[in-house]
Amino acid sequence: MTAAKKLPLEFAAGHQAPTGPDSPPAKAGGPKAPAPTADARVASAARTAYIDARLLDPASGLDAPGALLTEGAEIADFGPGLFADGVPEGIETVDCGAHCLAPGLVDMRVQLREPGEEHKETIMTAGRAAAAGGVTTMICLPNTTPVIDDAALVEFVISRGRKAGGANVYPYAAITQGLEGKRMTEMGLLHAAGAVAFTDGTQAVADALVMRRAMSYASTFDLLIVQHPEEPSLAAGGHMNEGETSTRLGLVGIPAAAEVIMIERDIRLVELTGARYHVAHVSTAEGVEAVRRAKARGLPVTCDTAPHYFGLNETAVGEYRTFAKLSPPLRAETDRQAIVEGVKDGTIDAIASDHAPQDQESKRLPFAQAAPGIIGLETLLPLILELHHNGHLPLADLLRRVTSAPADLLGLEAGALRKGGPADLVLFDPDRPWKIDDKRFLSKSKNSPFDGRPVQGQALRTAVGGRTVFIRED
Amino acid sequence: MDGNAPNRAFAHRHLLGIEGLSADEIIYLLDLADTYFEFNRGPDRKLDMLRGRTVMNLFFEDSTRTRTSFEIAGKRLGGDVINMSVRNSSIKKGETVIDTAMTLNAMNPDVLIVRHPDSGAVELLSQKVTCSVINAGDGSHEHPTQALLDALTIRRRKGRLRGLLVAICGDVLHSRVGRSNIHLLNIMGARVRVVGPPTLLPPGIERMGVEVHHDMASGLADCDIVMMLRLQTERMHGIFVPSVREYFHFFGLDYAKLAAAKPDALIMHPGPVNRGAEIDTEVADDITRSVIPEQVEAGVAVRMACLEAITRNHSTELEGAAA
Repeated sequence: MTAAKKLPLEFAAGHQAPTGPDSPPAKAGGPKAPAPTADARVASAARTAYIDARLLDPASGLDAPGALLTEGAEIADFGPGLFADGVPEGIETVDCGAHCLAPGLVDMRVQLREPGEEHKETIMTAGRAAAAGGVTTMICLPNTTPVIDDAALVEFVISRGRKAGGANVYPYAAITQGLEGKRMTEMGLLHAAGAVAFTDGTQAVADALVMRRAMSYASTFDLLIVQHPEEPSLAAGGHMNEGETSTRLGLVGIPAAAEVIMIERDIRLVELTGARYHVAHVSTAEGVEAVRRAKARGLPVTCDTAPHYFGLNETAVGEYRTFAKLSPPLRAETDRQAIVEGVKDGTIDAIASDHAPQDQESKRLPFAQAAPGIIGLETLLPLILELHHNGHLPLADLLRRVTSAPADLLGLEAGALRKGGPADLVLFDPDRPWKIDDKRFLSKSKNSPFDGRPVQGQALRTAVGGRTVFIRED
Repeated sequence: MDGNAPNRAFAHRHLLGIEGLSADEIIYLLDLADTYFEFNRGPDRKLDMLRGRTVMNLFFEDSTRTRTSFEIAGKRLGGDVINMSVRNSSIKKGETVIDTAMTLNAMNPDVLIVRHPDSGAVELLSQKVTCSVINAGDGSHEHPTQALLDALTIRRRKGRLRGLLVAICGDVLHSRVGRSNIHLLNIMGARVRVVGPPTLLPPGIERMGVEVHHDMASGLADCDIVMMLRLQTERMHGIFVPSVREYFHFFGLDYAKLAAAKPDALIMHPGPVNRGAEIDTEVADDITRSVIPEQVEAGVAVRMACLEAITRNHSTELEGAAA
């Protein structure tokens, strides 16, 4: 897949984008800081040895005791036999205590709120929260103010992310100008500027003709189109899942059908256009089944879900708890079980936190008026580990959904342990018990319905580009 | 050029499209046009072949160059040429076409030159009149004289059509010029590519005998002819393509993209040119590469040839048989 990636901007300069099988995967996120010169590398490239680790690489299936060496921003070497005779002098050593050392998490659905709503979150605060959660790459939605629908804004977000120095930041760009659902954006130029994929964020592209043309145009450059799967006219006015609970609470419901209608429509557009299409945060049994059938027919359709769709159901709304207000809404228990099945059988390719910071002014409101969304960067790892601890998935298989799978979907050089690859790493204890406590969140917003939930598994140390960005103190 | 001999080389009452013509018929028209091309460069440019004949330009859609080209062609052959512009925006189109045709037919013209914004409208009109009809462009369907003048231009420069590699680039979806050229070039044994974003290429176009390319580098590789199509600006702002800027960046013809084609590749454009949208100004004006003015010149010659070929069938037994 990565071989098909192009760097279209180079075309005008008369260069041919590398497309051969040997060419390295294009870094869809655009240029990073230029590599230091050879002399500079000798002088400054810090080396760190991670010893006594359980090396976990979901991409290759590696799960073995061993050690790993980073040099500068890259992984220099790793393997079971490395440093068998001890670590040479002059190399900083991290004793992993037999805990898991894995590629850092790639979170393919994050709202950073910058620019425009810095009182809820900033690229800096989200980066700190990410580091604490073991997330080393965030892909952010374009629903900021202004909307990321222009190459200059793509460059702004990338540059702010680099300056913040936390997790890597790659933006989505909007499918339609101003997220208005009418006119498509300059997808080719936006991609060349560093947009990794295209989505209208928290709203669906409702108009079928607009979506068809956008998919068709995106296929020119083999770009990924990501859809918020909800038919807006059917969901209009709704605030939670439609069913007994919404009826008892007297809230307008959103039927599960609103999701599958949009997915089914789009799958037919995929058949017309051949575009690569990804369903974001699938939440219903029928939605998963629609994707499963599309995959069985060989269509380029993928999807992800978020931990709340397999970790919670509509009863979390309880007595109008606005922290459990989401879009799409938390669904019925049967839907929750179908999401677990979808993750297990691989229909659901990836898991993303769906991080959506909201301040108190947006949540301390009557349920119908409250903004949807929960934060998730710091709880992604323990919540997905529930699937492992409950016996649903082997650890490596599960980790793949938050590392190499989303990285491959987006054409990112991330999410894998690879010599010469970026030293984006998380050291975590998969079994460590703790209780989620919203007072300890580093995120600027605290809206999580998981507050107080006992979980197992926690990030102990996080490195981005070889640089340690987080060490757990307790 | 005996105006009264039955024309067995081109036994048609109308010229409605390229589709359905034979290679021999196309060669006949091009050979005839070639003689007019030279004639038009001579000092005396008036013949009397169409003396006493009435040619009507009936345009339901704005046009300057095509209408003028037909007008000059008709006049040089000695005919009386009348221009009619019909604004059809406020009238029901189907009725108008037939009503207008019946009315004009009653005035006994010999040839109607018709342009209409709806595909198929010219053929519909041709069924209701007793005179000859030449299609000057119907919707996104056909523009036969444009394809013929393009072919004449290519043949004069390259000496042949067979075996040439032709890239037709841009808004093929809405283009009657593109479709007529695809038909003609296929009939004449050229290889045809279409190049553009999928939003501007109609579905199933590959079934018309073309290779489909979505980027200019592969689409133009080793081409003998680069044929650019006009992209109307109102289609550029996020509807079919995101913007003029992006369209030009990826699909506009500039020297960097042209480098993929053969060094002696010709650049063609049916006009009017959107400079900086589908083609760079310098490229469009490059007299060593661009044959855009020559296409216009060939247009008059081709239309003279078509008028001659069609009217030669008048007042003969063939008229009824070929209808």
